[in-house]
Amino acid sequence: MTDRLATRFAACKEAGRAALVTFVTAGDPTVTATPAILDALVAGGADIIELGMPFTDPMADGPAIELANLRSLGSGTKTKDIFHLATTFRARHPHTPLVLMGYANPMLIRGSEWFANQCREAGIDGVICVDTPPEEDAEIGPALRAAGVHLIRLATPTTDAARLPTVLDGASGFLYHVAVAGVTGKQQAAQTAVEQAVEKLKAATDLPIAVGFGVRSAEQAAAIGRVADGVVVGSAIVDIIGSHGDAAAPFVQEFVATLSGALKANSPHFRETAA
Amino acid sequence: MTISNSLRSQPDASGHFGSFGGRYVAETLMPLILELEKVYKEAKQDPTFEAEFEELLRSYVGRPNPLYYAGRLTEALRADSPDGKGAKIYLKREELNHTGAHKINNCIGQALLARRMGKKKVIAETGAGQHGVATATVAALFGMECKIFMGAKDVERQKPNVFRMKLLGAEVIPVVSGSQTLKDAMNDALRHWVSNVHDTFYIIGTAAGPHPYPELVRDFQSVIGKEARQQIVEIEGRLPDLLIAPVGGGSNAIGLFHPFLDDVDVKMIGVEAAGEGLTGKHAASLAGGASGILHGNRTYLLQDEDGQITEAHSISAGLDYPGIGPEHSWLHEIGRVQYMPITDDEALASFQKLAALEGIIPALESAHAIASAEKVAPTMDADQIIVVNLSGRGDKDIFTVADALGVEM
Ligand SMILES: Cc1ncc(COP(=O)(O)O)c(C=O)c1O
Repeated sequence: MTDRLATRFAACKEAGRAALVTFVTAGDPTVTATPAILDALVAGGADIIELGMPFTDPMADGPAIELANLRSLGSGTKTKDIFHLATTFRARHPHTPLVLMGYANPMLIRGSEWFANQCREAGIDGVICVDTPPEEDAEIGPALRAAGVHLIRLATPTTDAARLPTVLDGASGFLYHVAVAGVTGKQQAAQTAVEQAVEKLKAATDLPIAVGFGVRSAEQAAAIGRVADGVVVGSAIVDIIGSHGDAAAPFVQEFVATLSGALKANSPHFRETAA
Repeated sequence: MTISNSLRSQPDASGHFGSFGGRYVAETLMPLILELEKVYKEAKQDPTFEAEFEELLRSYVGRPNPLYYAGRLTEALRADSPDGKGAKIYLKREELNHTGAHKINNCIGQALLARRMGKKKVIAETGAGQHGVATATVAALFGMECKIFMGAKDVERQKPNVFRMKLLGAEVIPVVSGSQTLKDAMNDALRHWVSNVHDTFYIIGTAAGPHPYPELVRDFQSVIGKEARQQIVEIEGRLPDLLIAPVGGGSNAIGLFHPFLDDVDVKMIGVEAAGEGLTGKHAASLAGGASGILHGNRTYLLQDEDGQITEAHSISAGLDYPGIGPEHSWLHEIGRVQYMPITDDEALASFQKLAALEGIIPALESAHAIASAEKVAPTMDADQIIVVNLSGRGDKDIFTVADALGVEM
């Protein structure tokens, strides 16, 4: 199996820009609306898709994504629907990496092997399990590795140098740097803090570094894209879905295109052609 | 007896009670949780920590509280029992503590830890408001800033406790997310904590959450069982045959049970809230749930086939939670403790019965334990002994009970 994540990060690096990682919640607002929204992300220029697996109690999320979780569950989204969305996405977009992000309980309710196999069969490239730190790796890590699915770990502002090796041990795909100590979509990190953090992480690992939490605008994305290998945008997109509901796809595509444009404008190739 | 044969040596080094417990939190919280574990280990070795804890329990909380022989309740049950049956019922009077419940024991302990860690702000979740009031109380005592997260529905239902917390100087934050009750209050407390880890200590109100909370809450609440053990030996010259306590998250129950876990002849019943009955809406996570992960620990949870958490129901706000502390899940699986469901109606009947027979208005949570004793005592010999944890007083519940009985106040 080709490693779509590695291939995509390498291609972006080759193009001299950061990868655009976009997050939406599966089934928000409905399972029927999601395929068009996912296609809009790709059409807008997203390099990697993070698909949120809804949970009744998303403790690490701020109001925007929490509401998305509740909209999705409220409209009846089931786990089987999420894997179906992934499977059909994979058929339409054979090369775009797809990462499932969510909480341990819905992922592990039928056992980690069941979950890991479903991921592999649906063409999911990686998993972020927000509430399973390295200390509880045995719950999910071995099964994902056996199935050839990346377990993507998070490093945060509270992950100090002494702890970082613990986080990196068993991490694969990329390293997700959570830029603020907080929940999704709330505060913004200071650019200098992001730069210092990315520098430290790069010194410690060869994994690509994607930075997320609180990235809302094209300007911010561009600034972070100058130092990181990937930029994650979630709540800002989810807010658009919150306001436009079933009709959100074109608005999502338009917004994602501005993010993508801003990251591409960082590229030396782009600057050459523009000059 | 070696330590490894003891049931009192859990959790293991990684915070697991058998397959339960653990630390299922976001990475942002992990360093703090590890630090708390370290600080708690040091505190346990420090005689001044224990001395200060005990002194506050004595002079501020009013411990030791009595172990009271409930003679009229015992006799009333004997009257309906076969000859020679009807065990003696003792009540451990946690309701006589300052703030009216066992919750304060734990809050004093955690506030001492917060101070040791240099944190000047504390937060807590609360359902009925009992833990919120206890936390606001110790925050006032220690001069700490205090925020209490409370489901918006509970803020409406529990106005007197909301006002108490405000009087004590706490800020009460109504939580409008999700089902707007205790589990959502805990979600929002965790969200606030993750955003303020540098200066904030989270005083969790029950023996649940990520390691080391289930362990330290149990240790602080174990004063209940230690006292009860000494008192029953003084009164009866022997250990009891049965312990009974209500189980929400499980802090008062584990506090009573833990010092007796290795006494094989002492049986134990944890009482879960069966609400409208196990086929209707209830809060009995052992009887009606399955193992899962929520709020930092693996434990029994009420959930659907996709692992979505389902809403709990109990007439008693303090038992109205879809989970249970991990040590109880373990004690249930190994069969050391039996867990019994008691419905809203049974608890309501016992609430009135204890008031009428003993002049004690129990908390609705505690009334569940009384109801269980009423079922079990008549099956036991008259010379056997039951200790029931009267975890709190019922003043907070009079509006709920009046409402349930159709009484206009
Ligand atoms: C009086 C009383 N008893 C019992 C409980 C249940 O909590 P736990 O199981 O942690 O003791 C509560 C919770 O609010 C309570 O107020």
